[in-house]
Amino acid sequence: MLEIRDLHATVNGKAILKGLTLTVGAGEVHAIMGPNGAGKSTLAYVLAGRDGYEVTGGDFLVDGRSLLDLAPEDRAQAGLFLAFQYPVEIPGVSNSTFLREAVNAQRRSRGEPDLDALQFVKLARQKMNSLGMTDEMLKRPVNVGFSGGEKKRNEVLQLAILEPKVAVMDETDSGLDVDALRTVARAVNALRAPKRSFLMITHYERLLEEIVPDRVHILADGRIVGSGGPELAREIERTGYAAYAAAAA
Amino acid sequence: MAAPGAGGTDVLNELVGQSYKYGFVTDIEADTAPKGLSEEIVRFISARKDEPEWLLSWRLKAYRHWLTMPEPTWAKVSFPPLDYQDAYYYSAPKNLPKLESLDDIDPEIKRTYDKLGIPLHEQQILAGVAVDAVFDSVSVATTFKKKLEEYGVIFCPISEAVQKHPELVRKYLGSVVPYTDNKHATLNSAVFTDGSFVYVPPGVRCPMELSTYFRINAAKTGQFERTLIIADRGSYVSYLEGCTAPMRDENQLHAAVVELVALDDAEIKYSTVQNWYPGDEQGRGGIFNFVTKRGACRGRNSKISWTQVETGSAITWKYPSCILQGDNSVGEFYSIAITNNYQQADTGTKMIHLGRNTRSRIISKGISAGHGQQTYRGLVRVAARAEGARNHTQCDSLLIGSTCGAHTVPYIESHNRSAVVEHEATTSRISDDQLFYCRQRGLTLEDAVALVVNGFCRDVLQQLPMEFAVEAQKLVGISLEGSVG
Ligand SMILES: Nc1ncnc2c1ncn2[C@@H]1O[C@H](COP(=O)(O)OP(=O)(O)O)[C@@H](O)[C@H]1O
Ligand SMILES: [Mg+2]
Repeated sequence: MLEIRDLHATVNGKAILKGLTLTVGAGEVHAIMGPNGAGKSTLAYVLAGRDGYEVTGGDFLVDGRSLLDLAPEDRAQAGLFLAFQYPVEIPGVSNSTFLREAVNAQRRSRGEPDLDALQFVKLARQKMNSLGMTDEMLKRPVNVGFSGGEKKRNEVLQLAILEPKVAVMDETDSGLDVDALRTVARAVNALRAPKRSFLMITHYERLLEEIVPDRVHILADGRIVGSGGPELAREIERTGYAAYAAAAA
Repeated sequence: MAAPGAGGTDVLNELVGQSYKYGFVTDIEADTAPKGLSEEIVRFISARKDEPEWLLSWRLKAYRHWLTMPEPTWAKVSFPPLDYQDAYYYSAPKNLPKLESLDDIDPEIKRTYDKLGIPLHEQQILAGVAVDAVFDSVSVATTFKKKLEEYGVIFCPISEAVQKHPELVRKYLGSVVPYTDNKHATLNSAVFTDGSFVYVPPGVRCPMELSTYFRINAAKTGQFERTLIIADRGSYVSYLEGCTAPMRDENQLHAAVVELVALDDAEIKYSTVQNWYPGDEQGRGGIFNFVTKRGACRGRNSKISWTQVETGSAITWKYPSCILQGDNSVGEFYSIAITNNYQQADTGTKMIHLGRNTRSRIISKGISAGHGQQTYRGLVRVAARAEGARNHTQCDSLLIGSTCGAHTVPYIESHNRSAVVEHEATTSRISDDQLFYCRQRGLTLEDAVALVVNGFCRDVLQQLPMEFAVEAQKLVGISLEGSVG
């Protein structure tokens, strides 16, 4: 469960989040929609603890525990996962090495023994099969030369392997063609679980046809300015954000 | 990373001890020559080793020449003048047994090697690694000799080779690095105490990796080992050298010479993992690693490949080179150098193309952090008769933080119009995006740095023999500890 309470944050001294409150219950999927520049990615980075994103007020909790004072890796180990809008390339590091390091870092934080290379490959294969992916992606360097769709699928694969409590997905749909979108959506749907909360950031309704959210929120000018059921996304698709943006201003 | 707080030197020492885990001193009785350098010392060393007259006179020629030579000053490194009289030039562990089996080794020395993780035990035969261990000045153990003997491979301390194979040593010693070569190599020629000798007979593929670990133990002992490897026609050998030294406040000089000779169709692969004590966070202490390594591709179609991972030493001054004499011969240089804190490195290679259709390839990965200063210095020379010579150089620098430096100094001299010499260089900074991405997946900042840097070094790491690549990857991480945050 993710609780965000009256969160204020600045980037380079500029106020971007201005009192954002939101609760995503265990097992729920919520969508955040909003125009470009509304602060959606900022919210994602603030939650993940990126340098330069300063929280000036409020708090947020994962399963009742505030993560605000933790380093990014400690937040990850506490069960917070961010699927990046722009996944980062790490030349020379194979995807499997990267993922195994990540899994083992998290296992260590729980006092569990490392997975060796063989155990890891077994786990990764099993996850990939269930997501309909081939393991060719494991051998390639992290995100290097990946197509847009491959990068997003790789984020979902990491999500599947790391099994977080809270997954924040920043525009996982952007840049995908219809087929790629379906693949990613099917994978995410397969990862919905009773104890897991999803926060899907998007500014198109398209994704939400495939991953039907429990709630939809409109983010404008650093605040939630409207919430509703899945029908809210369809309404936005027809009428745009203008009404909400005006309300926020 | 958070600062260690106000714990003072104890905390610091503890931290240093953690990051340099080989910094212990072994308590053994040593047979040590009087301090200082003189003709008497040269004679003392030669006498202790029962050397023939020709070798003594070679040493003396070197010593006399050395007296006339100025210190090399062209490298981009700075340090106070060396006081050659304030050092010991010979230190040998006492009670040196005649070793017939590994069980005969002094248990103290054995424990040292165990701490270093050197595979001296018989079960290591399975790993296929033969070790010639040099403890200060004398080889104390040579393993797997029997197996190598079956193949006719000679692998022994060079002092033993002088006794048992004088014709080979005499023929090749100083034939690649002459005793007049440079101040450090000349000093080595005068006072070298031990090192390894390898001879691989024609057509033999050496059945295992050969490996030597060097270790400086006694205080104020310079270490001057001398390595000579000869690959006869159509043979192949892969050799790995690893180095560590205890932590001491004063600087210690390490001036080694390595000579490689590859005859027709022969190949030598020489890998180094150098982890000498780098000094502390303030730049106190550490090894001065002034090393001359050179290989001669004498024969047609011969190949010499240098791979080095240089993470240690206060100062590294080192240019493993290839003289490509034989037609179609190939020289390679793969290098990772890391300078952190106040470490300095001026390293690179020389590829001297003399034969026709000779090819060389250089990949250098330099990582600089803290106040580290690093220079890649490389020469590619193509002689007039080296028709069809080719070189490709890729030189990448990675900076961590804003107080370090990286410099690239390529020298290209081409005297043949058909030659193709290509040089590519990049300098980049470790990216916050990459580190954040890794940390978001749960890696600590230091693990993230190690991972990204290992990726940056991948092209070189994959040149290392498997069993050492893993160790080298760990070293990359260890040597960058505390470099960010
Ligand atoms: N590093 C930065 N420095 C300054 N302003 C930034 C930075 N990153 C984002 N912003 C600003 O913050 C606002 C919100 O951006 P962002 O969170 O990326 O929006 P969204 O993801 O909703 O499109 C925008 O006005 C953007 O210009
Ligand atoms: Mg965005």
